[in-house]
Amino acid sequence: MSDHNYQPSSKLGKWFNDRLPLLTLSNHLTEYPTPKNLNYWWTFGGILTFCLVAQIVTGITLAMHYIADSDLAFASVEHIMRDVNYGWLIRYIHANGASMFFLAVYIHIFRSLYYGSYKSPREVIWIIGMIIYLLMMMTAFMGYVLPWGQMSFWGATVITNLFSAIPFVGEGIVAWLWGGFAVDNPTLTRFYALHYLLPFLILGLVVLHIWALHVPGNNNPIGIDIKKPSKDTVPFHPYIVIKDGFALLMFMIVFAFFVFYSPNILGHADNYIEANPMVTPTHIVPEWYLLPFYAILRSVPDKLLGVIAMFAAIFVLVILPWLDTSKIRSAVFRPLYKQFYWILIADVLILGYMGAMPAEGLYLLIARVATGYYFIHFLVILPILGFKEKTLPVPLSITEPVLGGAPNLTTAKYKESFDK
Amino acid sequence: MSDKKPKRREFLFTASYAVGAVGVGAVVWPLVDQMNPDASVKALASTEVDVSSVKPGNTITVLWRGKPVFIRRRTQEEITEAKSVKMEDLKHPEKDEDRAKDPEWLVMLGVCTHLGCVPLNDKGDYDGWFCPCHGSHYDISGRIRKGPAPTNMEVPKYEFVNANTIKIG
Repeated sequence: MSDHNYQPSSKLGKWFNDRLPLLTLSNHLTEYPTPKNLNYWWTFGGILTFCLVAQIVTGITLAMHYIADSDLAFASVEHIMRDVNYGWLIRYIHANGASMFFLAVYIHIFRSLYYGSYKSPREVIWIIGMIIYLLMMMTAFMGYVLPWGQMSFWGATVITNLFSAIPFVGEGIVAWLWGGFAVDNPTLTRFYALHYLLPFLILGLVVLHIWALHVPGNNNPIGIDIKKPSKDTVPFHPYIVIKDGFALLMFMIVFAFFVFYSPNILGHADNYIEANPMVTPTHIVPEWYLLPFYAILRSVPDKLLGVIAMFAAIFVLVILPWLDTSKIRSAVFRPLYKQFYWILIADVLILGYMGAMPAEGLYLLIARVATGYYFIHFLVILPILGFKEKTLPVPLSITEPVLGGAPNLTTAKYKESFDK
Repeated sequence: MSDKKPKRREFLFTASYAVGAVGVGAVVWPLVDQMNPDASVKALASTEVDVSSVKPGNTITVLWRGKPVFIRRRTQEEITEAKSVKMEDLKHPEKDEDRAKDPEWLVMLGVCTHLGCVPLNDKGDYDGWFCPCHGSHYDISGRIRKGPAPTNMEVPKYEFVNANTIKIG
């Protein structure tokens, strides 16, 4: 790559860069050749970085006022809301920020599913992303426990009890997680410590995620390998920076709408009642972003198998690069996959809705069918589709369909292998 | 390998790794074990409850080790119903006599064995308890009859200190 030869223009810059090549890095990021056909679905990486930074900044400021103690936590959150200067604003940004973070991450993941960004040579980027997603769920879950309301307490009880399904050692593990015989003060204080820690682990993994991305470079909407740099690429700055910035502004309008006009719509009213270990709310629901997994858990009538199914639902995503056997990345050239993709989206939305409904009667039946389909999509349809599907011809380059040429050898060979 | 004597250096490597592993384990264990229930939590192991005011057919809920305990004074019909259930109808077969030493008093942890919610009294298809979280039905002996919970509600260690007082734990 050209940036290895980068030389700062100033004498001081050169002196510093010889000792710590930070300027080489920033030059690499500025010049980084990016496919010129990236659409707005590609702006969510930048949006997610913003979400993480916003959560860390608001989280640290909240930590200056919050007290992790089962007798004081609930009151300290009300103290933040009523007494602390702009405490309501910071807390509402943090609480809705979690939802915005998941909204963005789901769009980011489904973009990857549509355009095949998880496929070779980007498997490691995908797996790091899945680890980030898992850590995000853990962080969000533990954060939801901190206000010590009814949903906090009972959500924590239900989720930690998942581990009691493990044969023989389950009960011991749960007592170890709780630091007692039920969710109580020791549970709250350790969740607080971990809720503070995990975002910084996520930050570290984000650096690895971007690093791994910069090795093969971005995938693109037509999913072909491109020559870099070439007339198929534009430098990251200013082209992508401006596009990402504009998308971020649009995203912040949605974010601000929730924060200022309906800050509690994504939460649950029961969490404004202080935790009470004697009374379970009549209807426990997790936050919206965990509902599809919750529906899968409840749709299996056996405790251990339900827990296994829920974790398996995440695990099939991790091994997705090897389940999808198609060599064509983008759904644009995969007419059948494109249809199954939209069925999967509908399936996940149905699961999410069923997770919010009581687990009985017709709801339970639909949840079971949707759970079955979810696994069929990943474990049966995707592996078979790669062999059976008749894909459309893939262009040789991004410019080819427009200008009729500029083939490069890799893609030409790549295309040939499919024309046979 | 077998015809060669182990070298002095190989022995030293293995011994060093072994000592290192023991050392790491000795450091990690306190860091892991600090999360287990501590002495102050374990000290709250028993609770005494006055049950003289509980009328037949009523249930009281008391807190023991941070968990609710149901104490139900059962009516004669309820006892008959509990005893009449056939063992083959049960997912987790337990005789009512083994669950309630004194058939009038049923003492059990009010914790659903599925994922730990508190079941509701006098609800469900079996005239016992119903867990609102994921729909487990328990009978009047606290035995699981329908739903995802794997086992009956747990009976803790308890004893009658005198006619009116139950000591749990």
